[in-house]
Amino acid sequence: MSETADRVKKIVVEHLGVEAEKVTEEASFIDDLGADSLDIVELVMAFEEEFGVEIPDDAAEKIATVKDAIDYIDQNKG
Amino acid sequence: MRRVVVTGLGLVTPLGGDVETTWSNILAAKSGAGKITRFDASDQKCHIACEVKPADHEYGFDPGKRVDHKVQRQVDPFIIYGIDAAGQAIEDAGLLEMDEATRFRAGCSIGSGIGGLPGIESESLVLHEKGPSRVSPHFVHGRLINLISGQVSIKYGLMGPNHAVVTACSTGAHSIGDAARMIKDDDADVMLAGGAEATICPIGIAGFAQARALSTAFNDQPEKASRPYDKDRDGFVMGEGAGVVVLEEYEHAKARGAKIYAEVVGYGLSGDAYHVTAPHPEGSGAFRSMEMALKKAGMTPGDIDYINAHGTSTPLGDELELGAVRRLFGNETANLSMSSTKSAIGHLLGGAGAVETIFCILAIRDQIVPPTLNLDNPSEGTTGVDLVPHKAKKRPVRAALNNSFGFGGTNASLIVKAVD
Repeated sequence: MSETADRVKKIVVEHLGVEAEKVTEEASFIDDLGADSLDIVELVMAFEEEFGVEIPDDAAEKIATVKDAIDYIDQNKG
Repeated sequence: MRRVVVTGLGLVTPLGGDVETTWSNILAAKSGAGKITRFDASDQKCHIACEVKPADHEYGFDPGKRVDHKVQRQVDPFIIYGIDAAGQAIEDAGLLEMDEATRFRAGCSIGSGIGGLPGIESESLVLHEKGPSRVSPHFVHGRLINLISGQVSIKYGLMGPNHAVVTACSTGAHSIGDAARMIKDDDADVMLAGGAEATICPIGIAGFAQARALSTAFNDQPEKASRPYDKDRDGFVMGEGAGVVVLEEYEHAKARGAKIYAEVVGYGLSGDAYHVTAPHPEGSGAFRSMEMALKKAGMTPGDIDYINAHGTSTPLGDELELGAVRRLFGNETANLSMSSTKSAIGHLLGGAGAVETIFCILAIRDQIVPPTLNLDNPSEGTTGVDLVPHKAKKRPVRAALNNSFGFGGTNASLIVKAVD
């Protein structure tokens, strides 16, 4: 597992209060992890803070699964 | 006429995370006051408060018991206290499993005086230091006063009236009074009603201290600072927490064999129309509020055995309230007991009226009245009134009255009595 993946999963566990083993790369924030649209806004903010990336609203809207987040961060971090 | 009874209680206070712990500490004359631990208060005029204690404390509060992890992260502490107290009350009433028809007729009236001040303070700093795109998406609904009622209704599926009173330090009493009327008016059969507050944060302490409302002379003896009716009182000590009751229509409660603590028989409301922070110099609003509550209850002064006073330990307020009691109760003043539990848990602001109404109910249940701590040298104006100094007192309690008065000159009085 990549370092990005580890850090993303840690943030998801902390923010959503879900068990770590549920946070697989395939997991959907809304369908599998009980997030609502505002939770995703908050998660995106936390990713931006953690990784020093900017995730614009149109990109954030496409982040549905844990893997989507990891991929976006890996492709865009400086 | 539809009667309203109390069938469940819930408390989060500086002396306990539940009803029985709080009550036994109150009766044991313990104080919940101490140095402020939430933040460094050394540059403030006031260094003390009655904080709700952490979970590992002997009488601490565990937010994880009834509030989801995610919700805890998103909302201010007053909402967490309120959800937990409401959960305790609904569990105590045996109403966790209500069918849909019952839940359509069950509502919430849980308010707060100020709301999410610590979160408003901290997010303002985020806005200032990091800009608008770093402000939490949960900022608004994590701070709003009606979000205890909102959260509780979602958690327990309560689809009846959803209401939240904001009347400063009268909030808790108005919340219960308004909810009782909703049941009387047939808007609901069950109401979770009460108030919560949590404003022990730098701007909260500074604001009340600048308004000259807080005690500042006892920073080195926190447990001595809240001393209602005592000559040396110099302001209130800020408390925090929540009190919530389950109100239920009497026949509804009887039909399901519920345990009935007391009946809400009287509710009075008035306005001082005088000053934003100072009480009316003749206690006129307090007098009329109590008078209306008695009238609504169909009672005379001799029917009241205990008054849980507003008695915040401010130089002006305590004696004005006492004067109003003397005028209304006349010769019967000598037969009642009147104490201020703010001497033990501080002033819970929007939570006070609800927490103290619960103490009135427990006084009736256990036939004992809680003490006024630190009443070492009573003010001259207090002679001839039993203010229950230092120690709880066993005595008959048929009915009890709670007074709550707030900034803006808003007054509420509630009367509860044993059910025949």
